[in-house]
Amino acid sequence: MVGREPDRDIAPVFLPAGDTGLVIQYGDTVDAAVNRQVRGLATSVAGLDLPGVVDLVPTLRSLLVHYDPLVVSHADLVRAITPLTRRRHTTGLSGRRWRIPVCYEDDCAPDLPLVAELTGLDPAEVVRRHAATEFEVFMMGFLPGFPYLGMLPQEFDLPRRSNPRIRVPPGSISVAARQSTVYTLASPGGWHLIGRTPVRFYDPGRERPILVRAGDLVRFEPVPMARYRELNARPECHEIQPEVSG
Amino acid sequence: MNALGIIEPGFGVTVQDLGRPRTQHLGIPVSGVLDPVALHLANALVGNAPDCAALEIRLAGPVLEVKAPAVRLALAGTRTPLEVSGAGTVPAHRAVRLRRGQRVRIGPLADSGSAVLAVEGGFDLPAVAGSLSTCVRARIGGLAGRALMAGDALALRIGDPVPRGDCRLPLDIYLDETGPVRVVPGPQRDAFTAAAFDLFLASIWQVTHDADRMGIRLEGPVLEHRCGHDIVSDGIVTGSVQVPGTGRPIILLADHQTTGGYPKIATVISADIARLGRLRPGDAVGFRPVSVEEAQAARSAQRDWLEEMAASLEPAGAWLDRDALYRENLISGVV
Repeated sequence: MVGREPDRDIAPVFLPAGDTGLVIQYGDTVDAAVNRQVRGLATSVAGLDLPGVVDLVPTLRSLLVHYDPLVVSHADLVRAITPLTRRRHTTGLSGRRWRIPVCYEDDCAPDLPLVAELTGLDPAEVVRRHAATEFEVFMMGFLPGFPYLGMLPQEFDLPRRSNPRIRVPPGSISVAARQSTVYTLASPGGWHLIGRTPVRFYDPGRERPILVRAGDLVRFEPVPMARYRELNARPECHEIQPEVSG
Repeated sequence: MNALGIIEPGFGVTVQDLGRPRTQHLGIPVSGVLDPVALHLANALVGNAPDCAALEIRLAGPVLEVKAPAVRLALAGTRTPLEVSGAGTVPAHRAVRLRRGQRVRIGPLADSGSAVLAVEGGFDLPAVAGSLSTCVRARIGGLAGRALMAGDALALRIGDPVPRGDCRLPLDIYLDETGPVRVVPGPQRDAFTAAAFDLFLASIWQVTHDADRMGIRLEGPVLEHRCGHDIVSDGIVTGSVQVPGTGRPIILLADHQTTGGYPKIATVISADIARLGRLRPGDAVGFRPVSVEEAQAARSAQRDWLEEMAASLEPAGAWLDRDALYRENLISGVV
């Protein structure tokens, strides 16, 4: 009789973030499989409905459990969550799929020439590969509603700008480190800007201010500048609906 | 509408409660008061629930005018008094009932980085994700998601609080708490050399002017990373002490980003977050390591202490409202 051995490959480490956060960390690499493990774990932990757990923030390679130390302790959480961490989670997907119009031209794409140079591709091919990628929302963070999307092909393993921009316009689509993002508010930013979308990923005036969530799938569809301007001028185009499956 | 009118806005005065911790997974900052102890005490003084939204004052306070039959106010987190127009000052940690037309000014805070002004009944504002806290960066909460401006009117839930003996906090020595701020090491202690971690604990750091609701940048020796200052972005809690490429720590406060890519050498324990909220540029601060269990015990002790304080409020006696006395002809207007 052989008991169920913990899977050493996927055993995470538990790290305290003070007395209000528990970090469950799977290595230190950015990898779609690791990120799915993290998102799947988040879903499983949410299913436990543990008293004192305030929020679950999945990130690229770790899950941060925010908790109320007056209700539950670090040790209790580790005990309750440990069995779930040894289960292999392969999907972590929400079943929501988004198609986002993006203009990859001119002023909307100030860094496209640089990205073409760094990747050794011509600009049209950069756009084609970016728009051909079905992205998973790996994590949310940095700004409200700001998604980290992965993974682009290997040639997009680009460093960030050495000199970050002071102000990146909202709606900017950027790339670095085989990932892509959408700037949701005007903010400083160090990634390369290759397009812009009229869709508002964050709009505090909306009933649901946040558009996408971790585990959603996102695909970008190139639109010409004229179409971008037209969509941008129509407020109903600032929000779109996802396709929902399973 | 019963309201508090904003005559002068002060600087960066916002409506805050304990924030919205449940939407961090969407990238929305927690926000909430920098000094939760002050929020609890100010609310207790005016008879509110401990987590009722109040005004957070940083640096310079506002001038407010009562645009309701009456309001009851109390200030905590500072010893700066309330200045009531034509009627002298009311000390902090004491409730006071003011009537229509009276104006109250809170001068520059001389002793604290933030303070909390609670109003009996709180504000009649829409909650966003269960909280009235203002997050200026996300443009949500409080009054239109921004700091107060001259001409604003903050709607009140109670426009005529019953006259009763106002109370005061007998002891405000919590403001004098000194000694190192307690931290739990990590979560990325391993990203630093052993010498850097020792240096972090052994040094006296100075709060720079680069301090706001997102965080406090400290000045002191350079902390050496073991292998670079970039980590794969992960989650942040209030109190995270991150160390970017400069080697100088930044303590993250209420409006911190939900995730970040700098290693976090330590995390300030939840019971000491309020002390961070009171730090001012130029203040010195040191750190002492504790275990998670000690941190949790400290938090429980703080809760017990707060409940004890709220139960120990004593009658403040009559506040000499000269304005009212004049009006009621109890004092001659001619000397």
